[in-house]
Amino acid sequence: MKWYGYRRADGQVGSRNYVAIIPSVTCANDVANAIAREVQGTVVYLHHQGCCQLPPDLDRVTDTLISLGKSPNVGAVLIVSLGCEGTDHERMYQELSATGKPVEIIHIQELGGVTNAIREGTDIARRLVIEISGLQREPAEMSEIVMAIKCGASDTTSGMASNCVIGYVADKLVDLGATVVFGETTEFLGGEHLLARRAVNKQVADKILQIVKDMENRAKSVGCDMRRGQPTPGNIAGGLSSIEEKSLGAIVKSGSRPIQGVLSYPEHVTTQKGLWIKDTPGREPEILTGMAATGAQFMCFSTGRGAPQGFPSMPVIKICGNPNTYERMKNDMDLNAGLIITGDKTIEQVGEEAIAKLVRVLNGEMTKNEAIQYFSAIDIHCLGPVI
Amino acid sequence: MAEEKKIALKVNDKDNVATIFANGITDGSIVEIRDPHGNMEEMRVIGDVPYGHKIAVRPIGKGELIVKYGEEIGLASADIREGEYVHVHNLESMRGRGDWAKEGRKE
Repeated sequence: MKWYGYRRADGQVGSRNYVAIIPSVTCANDVANAIAREVQGTVVYLHHQGCCQLPPDLDRVTDTLISLGKSPNVGAVLIVSLGCEGTDHERMYQELSATGKPVEIIHIQELGGVTNAIREGTDIARRLVIEISGLQREPAEMSEIVMAIKCGASDTTSGMASNCVIGYVADKLVDLGATVVFGETTEFLGGEHLLARRAVNKQVADKILQIVKDMENRAKSVGCDMRRGQPTPGNIAGGLSSIEEKSLGAIVKSGSRPIQGVLSYPEHVTTQKGLWIKDTPGREPEILTGMAATGAQFMCFSTGRGAPQGFPSMPVIKICGNPNTYERMKNDMDLNAGLIITGDKTIEQVGEEAIAKLVRVLNGEMTKNEAIQYFSAIDIHCLGPVI
Repeated sequence: MAEEKKIALKVNDKDNVATIFANGITDGSIVEIRDPHGNMEEMRVIGDVPYGHKIAVRPIGKGELIVKYGEEIGLASADIREGEYVHVHNLESMRGRGDWAKEGRKE
């Protein structure tokens, strides 16, 4: 089996070919957004970080934005800087230029304000779009796939249908030599011993237990019961009674293969193959950003209640485990795993449909999420306070 | 959609709850509990149970562990009868309990 993608100078292969407009700080969002609206073929990351944060978070934001620019789905980058932010826009420019992609940067304060910056940035973005628009798709191996997986707006069908489908797909892709990354550390609580058992060595097992402990301690530091934050009111209305129950259903989507290691939130994969964990929270804007930063060409996203969110530069395939939700939200859902619950299809049957779908999406077929363009709510997960 | 079946799935032999995948289950409804071996057992439901929610497949005493997927998903915060609706009103999570930590109670 092969697929067709955009081969980048650094050897990665993309499923899309966008110019990314990257605000180096939230204060540059309006300029970046205005440029993106003007120029077809661009995507913009409207995050809310990058200034008045503690240094580890400023580095985390800088690193995450660099990794987003490194994504194989991005062919060129325009960084929009305000000029006085806490992130390191010079390092962003240098590290992204080193990938061999065309990279440009503008500074709003230096250009004399918003109007000038939008005009200058729009001209640059148009030039970049034209520059990369002639790139042709080339054959790629299944082992060059980087798949991100996630479940959102889960209910009790997720752990018994849609996550089982993703687990089936994850095992197949790992066996073909691909990279598969799952996260949502909060949703390991109560199931971490099962994941630690699948770690390739004791160090990885210890790391898995450590990130879960750290996540739980951050939640506990507030001094209340976590329920309602996790599981969410929607999860609870869907029948999930505790984080343990949600987690045990959530980790099913990681399949059954050994876990090679734990990636930090901003980390971009280069040579890593097999199944990996990325340390992220469960909430959509932050995990989708983290997964796009990983370098995933696409995401398989399982849902029960019906989560429509996506990400600007990463196609998201929605696999719905609840047959009632699928009927109601057909226009937002790509695959119906609810037929497993009704007994009309097996996990393997829907799993094979998902593999056929993901190869088509890698080749350029739009997902429902791309068609409805529901992907502007993104953010970068930080650990410290805004100060 | 396929014809509505009043089924409840028990995922693992150790489980003391089963998940109902049927609409319109009310107090006194009869569901068919299915286990992974294909065994079926009819049970009378106690309480109105929405689609995708759980019932106890045997009596569970207050303080006993509630088990699904063969793993612990919480503690019974009240005595639960066979067939009774199990959810946040009688199942307590054991994780992320900042309130327990504050009270000096151990997880």
